[in-house]
Amino acid sequence: MKDSDSIPETPPKTNGSHRYANSARFIIKAVCKFISMLGGMYLLLGDATSVAVKGLLISDQQIGRSSLFAQMVRVGVRAIPIVFLVQMAIGMIVPLQIFPKLDEFGQAEQIATINAISGFREFGPLMTAVVLCGFAGASIAAELGTMVTAEEIEALEASALNPVRFLVLPRLLATIIMTVMLTVIADVVIIASGMLTAYKLGIDPDIYIQLTFEAVGIRGFATGLIKAAVFGLLIGLIACFLGLAVKPWQGSEGVGHATTNTVVYCIVAIIVADAVFTLIFYSYGLFN
Amino acid sequence: MPENTHKNPVIEIHQLVKNFGSQRVLDGIELNVYPGEIMVVMGGSGCGKSTLLRLLIGLLTPDKGSIRLFGKEITTLSQKELNEIRKQFGILFQSGALFNSLTVGENVSLLLKEHTNLDEATIEIMVKIKLELVGLRKHADKMPAQLSGGMKKRAGLARAIALDPKILFYDEPGAGLDPVTSAEVDQLIIDLTKKLCVTSVVVTHEMDSAFTIADRMCMLDQGRILKIGSRQEFEALRDSDPKKLHSQKDKLIHQFLRGDAQGPITERKISRDYEDDLLMVNVKNEKQ
Repeated sequence: MKDSDSIPETPPKTNGSHRYANSARFIIKAVCKFISMLGGMYLLLGDATSVAVKGLLISDQQIGRSSLFAQMVRVGVRAIPIVFLVQMAIGMIVPLQIFPKLDEFGQAEQIATINAISGFREFGPLMTAVVLCGFAGASIAAELGTMVTAEEIEALEASALNPVRFLVLPRLLATIIMTVMLTVIADVVIIASGMLTAYKLGIDPDIYIQLTFEAVGIRGFATGLIKAAVFGLLIGLIACFLGLAVKPWQGSEGVGHATTNTVVYCIVAIIVADAVFTLIFYSYGLFN
Repeated sequence: MPENTHKNPVIEIHQLVKNFGSQRVLDGIELNVYPGEIMVVMGGSGCGKSTLLRLLIGLLTPDKGSIRLFGKEITTLSQKELNEIRKQFGILFQSGALFNSLTVGENVSLLLKEHTNLDEATIEIMVKIKLELVGLRKHADKMPAQLSGGMKKRAGLARAIALDPKILFYDEPGAGLDPVTSAEVDQLIIDLTKKLCVTSVVVTHEMDSAFTIADRMCMLDQGRILKIGSRQEFEALRDSDPKKLHSQKDKLIHQFLRGDAQGPITERKISRDYEDDLLMVNVKNEKQ
């Protein structure tokens, strides 16, 4: 039961080589922790995949539809108003910021193009995922962490029930499905909000719609949804992993720690993943 | 139960060693439990009794030694084989460890649904039987959060006996309960052991309940077994005059059984550096 989180003890002398040795040790420890976390999440994903495949192939190993549905409601439905609000603001901010410059060039109607591209490919999936970090990620981590401290996970294992099948997989699927579905809603809201803003700026809605469809075809829409699915997977995976990584004796402090870390790690992971995606799409010319 | 000793033991523990980091928690445990008996494992807080229980149910793996359940070595089993063994025993956790998202009835029926091929109607009857055994049949539709501590324990017991186990493990069955409820749970343990012909291992530090339910008892201290004997032997030891006891072991058990504030256990805890600690500054100065 060695606490791997503990920071190495500060040596009595803080001058000279001790201090460097200490910070080096701290960095090495942090890197090791990061790598072990990645490894742990990879294994968890592997377990979840194998359970999912078994669930599809073997009839008595199915995942409970009711628990999946319950998780989807919990993850997604409550987040709809927030996603709506956030994306409405995004759909207004982007056109207003870019309008004066475009107007200078006499290209005012191009705010439709810009709003469509930024909305469908970036802000739709990205901001939805950020909202879900709080809604889904934090609550999943807190729930699983509490279950660990209440011996529920041990009870599952001791009853020969696989926690990955019963707890992780439904949550993972729910976050993926709901991130994608909420992104669809987000896309619609962004375009509607942008159109309203453009109308106020004197651009004809018909032209706006036409330019939107020209800017983003089915491909742009699809890349946004693929991104959303990956973001959802990241949120679910990080939240489940950190929640289950709480140790029974850490109690409420461990749960709080896991919840905070989940939100931070999720946001970082999503933005890094977004950058990687954009880079790949750009270099392979998948953008157009 | 001496008449049982000619039978093959259900649980055989041999030279069991478990370390947490550099700390040795269990050191060379030797223990046999025979069919149909209630074995009570006693010991102070932190003596390793909960660890022993977790090793027995395969939640932890030992560093050395062997554990045989039903004659099968469980320390080297694969997850799948271990799960098969786990279906043959039930565990009552300290907090009950009910699945909080399911009702009391669903908590019991989950195991039956997952591990048997029984149809819905049969499972429903089975759940009613199990709940009636612990006196909770009328509370089947309640959520665990709506139950009192004693009811949670009883519901946990109903879940533990869901699959008609051959061994029942109890982790501190009386912890956090008032005396009457605790006595009720004790009576329930005795009744169930008789009615279902199971072998029980009870981990506790509450002497009243230990002497009520035990057939044989085992005293654990600092990771070692001090004494294994019948309840009568322990009762005799408890009621004997401490001045007539010669070995340190017997004196220690005597103190524990009677719950005396003075004796070898207390002496061990008294720190001798109190004065030094109070005069911390002086000590530090001397060291430098």
